[in-house]
Amino acid sequence: MIPAGPAATPPLLQLRSVRIGFDLPEGQLIAVRDVSFSVPRGGVVALVGESSSGKTVVSQSIMGLLPRRARILGGEILFADPDTPGTVVDIARLPAEGRRIRRLRGRRISIIFQEPMTSLSTLHTVGNQVREAVEVHRLATGRQAEELARDMLHRTGFPDPARAYRAYPFELSGGLRQRAMIAMALVCRPALLIADEPTTALDVTVQARILKLLRDLQSEFGMAMLMITHDLGVVASVADEAVVMFRGEIMESGAIDDIYRRPGHPYLKALMAAVPRFNMGRDERLVPLREIGPAGGRLLAPRDEDPAAGPPAGDPDPVVLRVDRVCMSYAARRGGRVTALDDVSFDVFRGECLGIVGESGCGKTTLARIIMRAHEPESGVVRYAADRESSGPVEALARFRREVQFVFQDPFGSLNPRMTVFDIVSEPLVIHGIGDHASRRAMVGELMQAVGLDIRHLTRYPHSFSGGQRQRIAIARALALRPRLLVCDEPVSALDVSIQAQILNLLRDLRGALDLTYIFISHNLAVVDYLADRIAVLCAGRLVELAPRDVLFARPVHPYTRALLSAVPEPDPDRPLDFGALADARQSIPSEWPMPFRTDDRHRPGLVDVGDGHLVRAAHAP
Amino acid sequence: MLAFLVRRVLIMVPTLIAISIITFVIIQLPPGDYLSSYIAELESQGESVDPARIAALRAQYGLDLSATEQYLVWAGGLLQGDLGFSFEYQQPVTEVVGDRLFLTVVLNAATILFIWAVAFPIGVYSATHQYSWGDYGLTLLGFIGLATPNFLLALVLLYLGNVWFGTSIGGMMDPAYIDQPWSTDKVLSVLEHLWVPVLVIGTSGTAGMIRRLRANMLDELHKPYVVTARAKGLGPMRRLVKYPLRTALNPFVADIGNLLPQVVSGSAIVSMVLSLPTTGPMLIAALQSQDMYLAGSFLIFLAMLTVVGMFLSDLALAWLDPRIRLGAGTSR
Repeated sequence: MIPAGPAATPPLLQLRSVRIGFDLPEGQLIAVRDVSFSVPRGGVVALVGESSSGKTVVSQSIMGLLPRRARILGGEILFADPDTPGTVVDIARLPAEGRRIRRLRGRRISIIFQEPMTSLSTLHTVGNQVREAVEVHRLATGRQAEELARDMLHRTGFPDPARAYRAYPFELSGGLRQRAMIAMALVCRPALLIADEPTTALDVTVQARILKLLRDLQSEFGMAMLMITHDLGVVASVADEAVVMFRGEIMESGAIDDIYRRPGHPYLKALMAAVPRFNMGRDERLVPLREIGPAGGRLLAPRDEDPAAGPPAGDPDPVVLRVDRVCMSYAARRGGRVTALDDVSFDVFRGECLGIVGESGCGKTTLARIIMRAHEPESGVVRYAADRESSGPVEALARFRREVQFVFQDPFGSLNPRMTVFDIVSEPLVIHGIGDHASRRAMVGELMQAVGLDIRHLTRYPHSFSGGQRQRIAIARALALRPRLLVCDEPVSALDVSIQAQILNLLRDLRGALDLTYIFISHNLAVVDYLADRIAVLCAGRLVELAPRDVLFARPVHPYTRALLSAVPEPDPDRPLDFGALADARQSIPSEWPMPFRTDDRHRPGLVDVGDGHLVRAAHAP
Repeated sequence: MLAFLVRRVLIMVPTLIAISIITFVIIQLPPGDYLSSYIAELESQGESVDPARIAALRAQYGLDLSATEQYLVWAGGLLQGDLGFSFEYQQPVTEVVGDRLFLTVVLNAATILFIWAVAFPIGVYSATHQYSWGDYGLTLLGFIGLATPNFLLALVLLYLGNVWFGTSIGGMMDPAYIDQPWSTDKVLSVLEHLWVPVLVIGTSGTAGMIRRLRANMLDELHKPYVVTARAKGLGPMRRLVKYPLRTALNPFVADIGNLLPQVVSGSAIVSMVLSLPTTGPMLIAALQSQDMYLAGSFLIFLAMLTVVGMFLSDLALAWLDPRIRLGAGTSR
């Protein structure tokens, strides 16, 4: 499967039929079975899989970092260190706390983790933690160690290494923290770097820069890299070879081109079909591993057929919700205020799906909260169309609460663990005093069918469901009051790709069946692209561009939108990330945007229409 | 750091003022004053009381002033180090109290040091050897310590001391040194007697501290940054000391503020049993006889001890934890 080098030099790392089991109270669980692959010198291999596929356990076994309950039951992990030619170490045989494995760890094999904040100690400076790796392995001491650490901080892209050396991790942004982590891993110049989901916790533009950094350093130091990820886009952009894992077994492995162009195994094919890509046809559907068929029942019929609550016939106003010049800021810890939203305006039309895209800290969650009337905006208003028909503010709010519902990001935190599924889904009906017990039971039954869940599970508690099932329960709850508008705040970002496809398809089908209007908030452009008719791009609290979906992707105008689009790795080896053309961090700072987009104390451009309902924040049409 | 220090010190001022007001209200709370309970006592003995003399006494002690005026006089005196006058002993409070305040501080400081010295290694051992025999054994010991009432332990030790050593181990020093000026022998005698009350008062605190430290350590031991340290190639001991232990120290230090009032109030009953010359027994007596300035002085003193303890623990925390020092939550 891997082009064999000269017979004399074995691959840098070779796993042969590795089996790993966990000793659990209920018995032994085999987490990894018969895993064999190899990493050539200087090559980049990606280990791809969804959660609980065993990919992290494999990486831990290579470092000898398995949790106490886990044991290597069989197989070999052969490491042929290029510094000591001719010797091959079987890591699987080394005691986990022994001297020999410790000499490899951090020196010849290094690892970086997903969450750079928790992986660094908050109580020690960055410099202290980077130089520690050098000192532990007695490569240098004193000033020399400090020099090495600073040099590595410089190479990993810190503009001011001396300052970074003295900084504490919590003083750095997420991207810089990951750079510090990389510096720490590479300061001893290892032969192999294991990167365990190194960019999953980062924004997409930051992710692109970190991937570029990893790729650059990898070729500069001539080291090999084992990249562990669930993101097929990242794999296509970075790796030479890929190994696909599912439930502890390898499904397929080979060169990137083969894997993407001719996926052989059904699992890989299914995974490919489940990933949303840009420029998918309007009617093209994602194919989840298991499709759920929604059923719109009698009780869930669109509201307009309901004589009691339906809007007056021939209502000409297509606007469901109008957000008008909303501003919001929070008090900063050290005095002053942080702008969360600045002059955000848009309309949501009946029956459409408006996507809102932005990176962390852009204000998208604040906006969702303001739309939900959980916060009052500082200035500006959010007008719900049906408010006019209500007799007073109290009635208007009660109606608003019935007709606008919310789906949250975290399906674990958003369901009360002490309530049964029936109580959770029927609670909105109870709160609003709708129907009697029998009709509520019938309604809940229909809701469960609508989201593809088994009615027999109504008496269970949330903990017995998987993440995707919980999110479906949350959607059923949101639909219980037959809302007109559904606000989804990152509803799939906590889910695996195949589950994500399931939920996205469900949302898409429900929208048609129940005549819903969506506001869909996400950091993932491809996901938004799959569902949305129009897309609004938020950056630093400002709405910088709003356009119909195809227009935005075909002709992005704003520099931030362009940077964002160019940073998304696509699961297509023909279109890898263009690392050379990668935008720098300035594209996310409004005062650094070129004219006519610049936004600072002296320039406050509004939205300009450049045709086709394509709005851009600029002083004049560019 | 300087700003933090100044702010922290300034916060103490209103706290202390509030405490002094509350203390004064508490000592004024029982109906009547020292003189009315004095009169009642005289009358119960069949003696007549001359109203003119009572009025004179009232004026002399300032008991005829309004509550606000009494408070101001008392608080003003406190600021100048004048603790007021004890009715019962007919002496200034300062003289009545004598060494008691100092001995209380010595006893409580020794107790806290004892708690740390014992709890720290045991807690770390229990956490790193979770579910081993050692962990279970030490946990059992800790629970026994937690469950045994202090005064009972004191009585048991008194008895054993008498049986085994044939001496009375009550008190803070040999009776020969009471009311004598301080000397080397007296200090030695205090040290000789100190261990019993320290052991008695410290047991439950130690047990609680072991449990907390064990829980803190267990939380930290499997955090990702510890795995990172392992991935760097650090050996087990160095890793443990530099990372999880260092992080687990924070709640430990923050506990000083909690520990002080607990130890102080715990020592009152033990002091009665062991007849220690600390503030506890005298405070109880003063409260019973409505000897208000004496009681007030003790209460203020205990409150000061707590406030200062909190201050010291905050200082230590700021020194230990850069997040507090540099104001975490703001990212540059």
